[in-house]
Amino acid sequence: MVNIQPYGTPEYFALIILFLLPIIIGLFNGRRFVNYETLFSLVFLVLTFGGSKWQQGVALIGYVIFEVITVGVYARYRAKQNNTAPFVWAVIIAIIPLVIVKVTPAIEGGKQSLIGFLGISYLTFKSVQMIMEMRDGSIKEFHPLAFIRFILFFPTISSGPIDRYRRFHKDYVQIPDKDRYLKMVDKAVFYIFQGFLYKFVLGYLFGKLLLPIVAHQAMLQRSAFFHTGLSLPLLGYMYTYSMYLFFDFAGYSLFAVAISYLMGIETPMNFNKPFASHNIKDFWNRWHMTLSFWFRDFIFMRFTFFIMKHRWIKNRIRVSQLAYLVNFLVMGFWHGVTWFYIVYGLFHAAAMIINDIWLRFKKKHKGIPHNRFTEGFAIFLTFNVICFSFLIFSGFLNTLWFK
Amino acid sequence: MDAKETVMNVLKDITGTDLSDKMDENLFETGLIDSMATVELLLNLQDELGIDVPISEFDRQEWDTPNKIINKVESM
Repeated sequence: MVNIQPYGTPEYFALIILFLLPIIIGLFNGRRFVNYETLFSLVFLVLTFGGSKWQQGVALIGYVIFEVITVGVYARYRAKQNNTAPFVWAVIIAIIPLVIVKVTPAIEGGKQSLIGFLGISYLTFKSVQMIMEMRDGSIKEFHPLAFIRFILFFPTISSGPIDRYRRFHKDYVQIPDKDRYLKMVDKAVFYIFQGFLYKFVLGYLFGKLLLPIVAHQAMLQRSAFFHTGLSLPLLGYMYTYSMYLFFDFAGYSLFAVAISYLMGIETPMNFNKPFASHNIKDFWNRWHMTLSFWFRDFIFMRFTFFIMKHRWIKNRIRVSQLAYLVNFLVMGFWHGVTWFYIVYGLFHAAAMIINDIWLRFKKKHKGIPHNRFTEGFAIFLTFNVICFSFLIFSGFLNTLWFK
Repeated sequence: MDAKETVMNVLKDITGTDLSDKMDENLFETGLIDSMATVELLLNLQDELGIDVPISEFDRQEWDTPNKIINKVESM
């Protein structure tokens, strides 16, 4: 049987839009064809997780059953009581499959876990979010089917953007009126073509054409600068990889948002001109936004809230610094248990801490000039800090130094 | 002290800025409030006014100016 990866080729778009037509016509007339939509989602899930990837398909089914039970049991408990221990256990149990999948390659010499599948992280983010919002009392009812529809929402299943249950559910139940839907279709068409430009033209140019060339050049210079491999081609690799990472991922995200829009769901955007950021904090409000907001809302803010409420650390600056460290370390480990992902996390935590120190300094000393030149310099500096972090993230230094 | 006065005092404490002439200024966009300051705001509202706002219910767009915060607090 065939296996087709989401948004992989232009042909994929012809196929998905063909299958989407009944849904589009329905929504245009103010109706959601629930049965057809379910069938459509099943067909595309089978295409993604079937054929040569059938093991992933089995893992996905097992995972969904596991999370429905975990979240469902917690929901039943939460309806009656609200103690801390069951909440903590529910979160731990919900992330166990993801932890196994992330740790297995590190301890088994690169071997992938059998329970893994494309997108397990993103489904876990959604499951944990459900438990946390139930704990807060923001989600009061648990409908297994609505939950499954949310975590398996086809356009965003493999790599996000990460939606929020209440937002998603509202869009699902409330069909946009004709004007609004037309605007969404309009945007969707634009996003698809922007995505083509990003992923298939620029992403391809930087990632498939230029990257191997600069990688080869940089490898030839391995012994440069006291055997550190620091060379101009390495700098070239850093910028080329950064461009590739952005255009490839932003392109993919545009596709996911566009297909969501066609299905009447306003999945949030993932990127907002990240390379125009004025500082690193600004960057995390513009880069992979749904992920960084997830970390902000479910790790950073909850961690600081907990520490400050119990007055474990009195100094608010120390609290925020510790929270940055926890936040970005978790993000690093989430990317994968390798030294370069963990260093990437630490690097961003350090950058955030230094940035806050600078912002406090600037607030105190009103005389510091602020003009177009300093702004330009801030953007330039931030851009280079980001690109350097992506060089760490790329794992190329691992190849350069240790392979 | 009424809710408005309390909120303005809390905001002054957190941001280190007197906001009484900036009632409609976007506190997130200007960088006066960040996630850390948000948590302080929520904790202060809890301590001083007994208002419990879970993090899940904190939608930035509904809390991004002093006026909006006061309206939010008064509606609770």
